[in-house]
Amino acid sequence: MSIDILMPALSPTMEKGNLAKWLKNEGDRIKSGDILAEIETDKATMEVEAIDEGILAKILVPAGSQDVPVNQVIAIIAAEGEALSTAPKSAPSTPSPVASPSIAASIAAPIASVIAHDASSEVPAGTEMVQMTMREALRDAMAEEMRLNGDVFVIGEEVAEYQGAYKITQGLLQEFGPMRVVDTPITEHGFAGMAVGAALTGLRPIVEFMTFNFAMQAIDHIINSAAKTLYMSGGQMGCPIVFRGPNGAAARVGAQHSQDYTAWYSQVPGLLVVSPSNAADAKGLLKAAIRNPNPVVFLENEILYGQTGPVPKMDDFIVPIGKARVARSGSDVTIVSFSIGMTYALKAADELAAQGIEAEVIDLRTIRPMDIETVLASVQKTGRCVTVEEGWPQSGVGSEISAQIMERAFDYLDAPVKRITGKDVPMPYAANLEKLALPNVAEVVEAVKSVCYR
Amino acid sequence: MALAARKSAAGNKAASSARPTPARSTLRKNSTPTDFTRDEDVKAYREMLLIRRFEEKAGQMYGMGLIGGFCHLYIGQEAVVVGMEMAQKDGDQVITGYRDHGHMLACGMDAKGVMAELTGRRGGLSKGKGGSMHMFSVEKQFYGGHGIVGAQVSLGTGLAFANHYRNNGQVSIAYFGDGAANQGQVYESFNMAELWKLPVVYVIENNRYAMGTAVSRASAQTDFSKRGISFNIPGEQVDGMDVRAVRDAAERAIQWCRDGKGPYILEMQTYRYRGHSMSDPAKYRSKDEVQKMREEHDPIEQVRARLLSAWKLTEDELKAFDAEVREVVNEAAEFATHDPEPDPSELWTDILK
Repeated sequence: MSIDILMPALSPTMEKGNLAKWLKNEGDRIKSGDILAEIETDKATMEVEAIDEGILAKILVPAGSQDVPVNQVIAIIAAEGEALSTAPKSAPSTPSPVASPSIAASIAAPIASVIAHDASSEVPAGTEMVQMTMREALRDAMAEEMRLNGDVFVIGEEVAEYQGAYKITQGLLQEFGPMRVVDTPITEHGFAGMAVGAALTGLRPIVEFMTFNFAMQAIDHIINSAAKTLYMSGGQMGCPIVFRGPNGAAARVGAQHSQDYTAWYSQVPGLLVVSPSNAADAKGLLKAAIRNPNPVVFLENEILYGQTGPVPKMDDFIVPIGKARVARSGSDVTIVSFSIGMTYALKAADELAAQGIEAEVIDLRTIRPMDIETVLASVQKTGRCVTVEEGWPQSGVGSEISAQIMERAFDYLDAPVKRITGKDVPMPYAANLEKLALPNVAEVVEAVKSVCYR
Repeated sequence: MALAARKSAAGNKAASSARPTPARSTLRKNSTPTDFTRDEDVKAYREMLLIRRFEEKAGQMYGMGLIGGFCHLYIGQEAVVVGMEMAQKDGDQVITGYRDHGHMLACGMDAKGVMAELTGRRGGLSKGKGGSMHMFSVEKQFYGGHGIVGAQVSLGTGLAFANHYRNNGQVSIAYFGDGAANQGQVYESFNMAELWKLPVVYVIENNRYAMGTAVSRASAQTDFSKRGISFNIPGEQVDGMDVRAVRDAAERAIQWCRDGKGPYILEMQTYRYRGHSMSDPAKYRSKDEVQKMREEHDPIEQVRARLLSAWKLTEDELKAFDAEVREVVNEAAEFATHDPEPDPSELWTDILK
C-alpha cells in the first residue's frame, strides 16, 4: 500500500513554502529517519524526514518549486514490490504526523487580497509599490533606521544568531554586528529594565519580546520606568524606546501564549500604542516609532507576519503615529478595527456589500493616542458602528470607542454600538474551541446587520 | 567595539576558570582604611553634615504637614554616598531607590530644588510632579529616584550597558538595599552585567532592615557581598559607617569597572537611625540598638573626632561649618515653604515629548 508524503508546515501559521531540494531520488530505498527533502519559507528551512519504509516511487513536486501549499502530496512511497499507482490519494482528513493543518490559513488567507492599501496620505502619487511580507517590512524598517542612527540597537531573545524567533531580525546581526543586535538570556524583566536604563541616557533600544505574553514579566519597567519617567522628572528625562513583538493569538498555542494586550497598554498615559494590519503600515509605523522620543509599544501579529502586501518604494517612508486610515469607504455603517481584526472587518465588508450594505472600514493603526476624530466623523455619516478586536470584551478597545461615540456623537447614532471581541475565556487549545473563542467574519456580518436592523 | 564585546564574553569562561574558587568575597571591614588628608576629612564632614541636617529638616517639615506622602530619611547612612561620591569621576552615573535625598545632595543637586520637590512646589527638581522618591538630573547624571524596589538595579545595569555601547569609560553606580537584594531582577541584572562585562558597581546598602523585617528574617544568605558568587562577580563587605573605608572600597570597585573587568558588588554595612519612612515608629528594634549605633559608630562623629584630634581644628571652626550647612538647609526650607504650587496647567505637561 502506497504512502503519500505531504508538504509539512514549519509552524501552525505556515500556509505554503518552497521545496528547496530532494535528497533522495525516485527508486531509492527509504527507511524511517531518512531525510527526503529540504523545504524553506522566508522564515526558516527544515528537513523532511521519512517516518515510513519503502521505495520512493514517485516525486510529484520537483526541487525548486515555489509556494507549495501545506498538505499537498509531494511524493509517494510504495511498499517493496508494490505496483505503483501514480495518482495520489486524497489528503487525509486527520492531521498527519509531519504536517499540521493550518487553521491560520483559513483565518488569514483573505487579507492579502482584501486589503487594498490606501496610503494616499503618506505616499506621493505614482510611487512604485513593492510586494513584501510584513516580516520583511518590519526588518527593513529596523535596518533603515539602524543605518541612519548609530544609537538605535535591537535587543531581545534570539534576535541575533537565531535571526529572530519569528525571523523579524533576519540579517541584522550580519549587517550591524553583535553590539547592535544583542541576544539576551531569557530574562524579560531584567533586559527590559536594562534597555529602559539605556534609553534614559539617550540610546534608542528596540526591545523585541518573543511574544507580548512574556512581556508581562517586564510590564513594571514598561509602565513604571519607561512611561512615567518623563512626567516624574518634570520633563527632564525622556525614554526613547520601542517594545515590539507579536501580540494576540497565534494558532493553537493555548491560553498563556494567546493574549491580546492592546487594551492594557492603551490605558497608560506616557505610552504610544501602535498595531499595524498590513506590511506598508508596519514599515512606516515602525520607522516612526523608532524615531519617536517616547516609549512606543508596537504590537505585531504572528499570523500577519507572512502576509504579503504592497509597500511603497521610497527612501524614507513614514506613517505618522496617531492617524487612523479609512481602509474602505461606505455610507451605511462604520466598522472600526486594527491589526488582525482588519481581516475580519474587510472580509465582512465584502460580504455585506453583496447584500446591499456599504460599510466604511476604519483601521485605527495607532491605539494610543487614538484617532477618535476619524471614527466620529465616520459615525456622524453612517449613524452606526461595530468594533472588531481579538482582545477580551471587558474594558477593551471597543469599549473605549463605544464610550467615546456615546459621549461625543450620541445624537448621530441610529443604533447602539456593537462590539465584536474575543470571547471572555482563556484561549482554549482544541481547534474547534479556539475558533469559537476568536471573532470571525460571520459574527461581524451579523453584528452589522443587527445595527442596520436587517 | 562589537568584536570586543564578543571576545570578552568568550574570554569570560577562561577567566573564570583561572580564578580561585569560591569567587572572591573579601571581608575588608577590619582592615585599616587609608587615611584622609585634612581637606578630604573636611569635605566629607561638610557633605555628610549637609545630608544629616537636610534630613532632620525634612523630618521636621513632614511633621508640620508641609511634606506629604512617603518620606524616607537617610540619617545614619551618610558615609555611604559621600564616600562613593569621593571615588567617582564626572560622568559616572548614579541611580538609587526611594531613600534618595542623600544621593542627590552628594551628586551636587541643589538643596532648594530637592526640598521644594518634597513640598510639591513648582521650583522642585521635577516641578513638584515627582515627589520625594522621583527626582532626576541629566546635568549631574542622576537617574532617580525609583519607587519600585529593585527596579533601579536593572535600570542601573542599563546605564552601564549604554557606557559599554558608547565605550565612554564611564561607570554606573546602582544603589539598593538589603530588601531589594532579594528581588529577582537583581540576579537577572547580575547575570547580564557579568556576561557582557558592564561597568556597574552594585552598592548594597545593608541598613539591617527591609522596612521592618530584619535581614536575618528575610535573607537566607545575609552576607550580601556573596550574592554575586554564582555569576563570578567579586564582592566586598565594607564598614559603611566609616567614610574612609567606603572610599577605599569604592576606588577598587570603580577601577575594576573602568578597567573593563565587569561589575563589582559592595555591601555597605550601615544603619538607619530613623524608621523606614516617617510613618514608621520602628517598634521592631530596641532603642538600645539604635543608641549604641549612634554613640559608637556615627559616621559624622568619627570624622569630627579626627578633625579635632588629628587635624587640630577648633570647636569654633567646626561650628562655622555647622552654621554654613544650617544656612543652606534653612534657605532650602524657606524656599520650599513659600514657593508656589505648580500651575494647574502642569497637570497636562510632560506626558509625552
